[in-house]
Amino acid sequence: MLLLNASGCLDALVAPEVAATLDAYVTKTVTPLPRAGNAPVRIAETDVGMLNAIGLANPGIDTFLAEHLTRLAALGLPLWVSVGGFSLEDYVHVAERLAVRVEVDTIELNLSCPNVDEVPENVGEVVAAVRALTDKPLYAKLSAAVPDVGATARAAETAGADGLSLVNTVKGLALDERTLRPVLARAAGGLSGPALRPVALAAVHTCARETRVPIVGMGGVATGRHALELLAAGASDVAIGTALFADPGAAARIRSELEAESAALGFVNPDNAVGVAHEAGAPTLDQGSRLERRKSLHTQANLSS
Amino acid sequence: MPRREARSVVAAETVGPYTLLRVERGSIDPGNPGQFFMVEAPGRLLPRPMSLCLAPPGELAFLIDPVGPGTRALCGLGSGDRIGILGPLGNGFELDVPRPLLVGGGIGVAPFPFLSERLGAPPAVLGFRSSWHAEAAALVPNAEVVLEPVYVTEAMPDGHDVLACGPEPMLAAVRRLSPNAQLAWEAPMACGYGACYGCVVELGGELKRLCVEGPVLCSS
Repeated sequence: MLLLNASGCLDALVAPEVAATLDAYVTKTVTPLPRAGNAPVRIAETDVGMLNAIGLANPGIDTFLAEHLTRLAALGLPLWVSVGGFSLEDYVHVAERLAVRVEVDTIELNLSCPNVDEVPENVGEVVAAVRALTDKPLYAKLSAAVPDVGATARAAETAGADGLSLVNTVKGLALDERTLRPVLARAAGGLSGPALRPVALAAVHTCARETRVPIVGMGGVATGRHALELLAAGASDVAIGTALFADPGAAARIRSELEAESAALGFVNPDNAVGVAHEAGAPTLDQGSRLERRKSLHTQANLSS
Repeated sequence: MPRREARSVVAAETVGPYTLLRVERGSIDPGNPGQFFMVEAPGRLLPRPMSLCLAPPGELAFLIDPVGPGTRALCGLGSGDRIGILGPLGNGFELDVPRPLLVGGGIGVAPFPFLSERLGAPPAVLGFRSSWHAEAAALVPNAEVVLEPVYVTEAMPDGHDVLACGPEPMLAAVRRLSPNAQLAWEAPMACGYGACYGCVVELGGELKRLCVEGPVLCSS
């Protein structure tokens, strides 16, 4: 089980000590051109989670490659680069620039940002186009805010995705206490934190049943128990986002809680809990075949590099 | 990068409409005036950014205006309650200035008691909405107080190095009078350490993270 950050929830160059507590670092989404992002106000807290409308602020692929990638690689962590865009050509453009860089371990396609007006084309089409140009592990980050996330996941798998990142935020709105106007300048934003957790669990549970690829589960993970539940629902790895904002030490705490929680339930290690929510009867110590698939994927990646 | 530490509340004292929250310091570095701490708001998902108001021996003190659910929860804390504190964060005031003048408005006076102490009690001009709010001026030595409808910009003497903190319209007005003023800005923050990209402000035509580049910025 790897513990990662959710894309856009940590700047490893500003806080390398925090990145060092993770098993892999996922970058903020990179697009072809620089993006300033949305005007403030960009974040708001609600009673059940946090809203953000950052708007894919990033330096663009040229500056990312020229100024960020080498410094990120120097952190010594496996590097996942999140790729975004507004057309098939955008994803292809960024991905082919990354495909030739040895510093990049995994490409994660952000197919689900709620804070930009333009929507990417069909998930399968984008995955297939990027699959055609790289052998690097390719993850599709999906939103649960679709009628059938299982169908979207199957489309990504069929198109050649090696894994799924589940889930991105869902749209939410907060109104000012006094004025009753939207707090965020863009009105709605992406809802993360506690409210997203059952949404993420359901999406992971569905996609684990309907696909055979490994899943990075994320959405509201703030404790070891939360991480364990995502594993049980079928995730192989777990990412944390909003919890890092409140506490830069969250990853180390969640990891030790996860060890204790899984041991308390009789699992030799957290990996043994992967997928148990799908099994009838009592939990088993059998390591799921999903985990083996993930290991073989990484082995292949190591062999090919 | 500092670690988040759990600390006990020593006392919560009323200062006009505000609360001075005194917390045990332990090994936490109080930092420089104008730097801030992310203070856990009980029952809320995210901590709140608070500049340090005072650093008495063994304590950190924050002046808090109960304007929303997080700050109300902080003002409701009592002696012995435990909260998480992360800091000091960001960039504080440049203290090496020949003729300092503190200019503040409302809860913007929060960092001034600590700043005044470090600068040797320089003159200050503080503006408030009412005499009740102005009770906070008692925390700042050598302060001239003005009440609405009089603004601090009408009472600012010339020829000083201005260090200012207050609402945005006040900072903009101070900047017009004193182009080289150091201004402490405020923005909603989720993390305080550059991770969330929530607290951006426009600087030289670019959106910059206030927690990384500020919160104190030279206005010119």
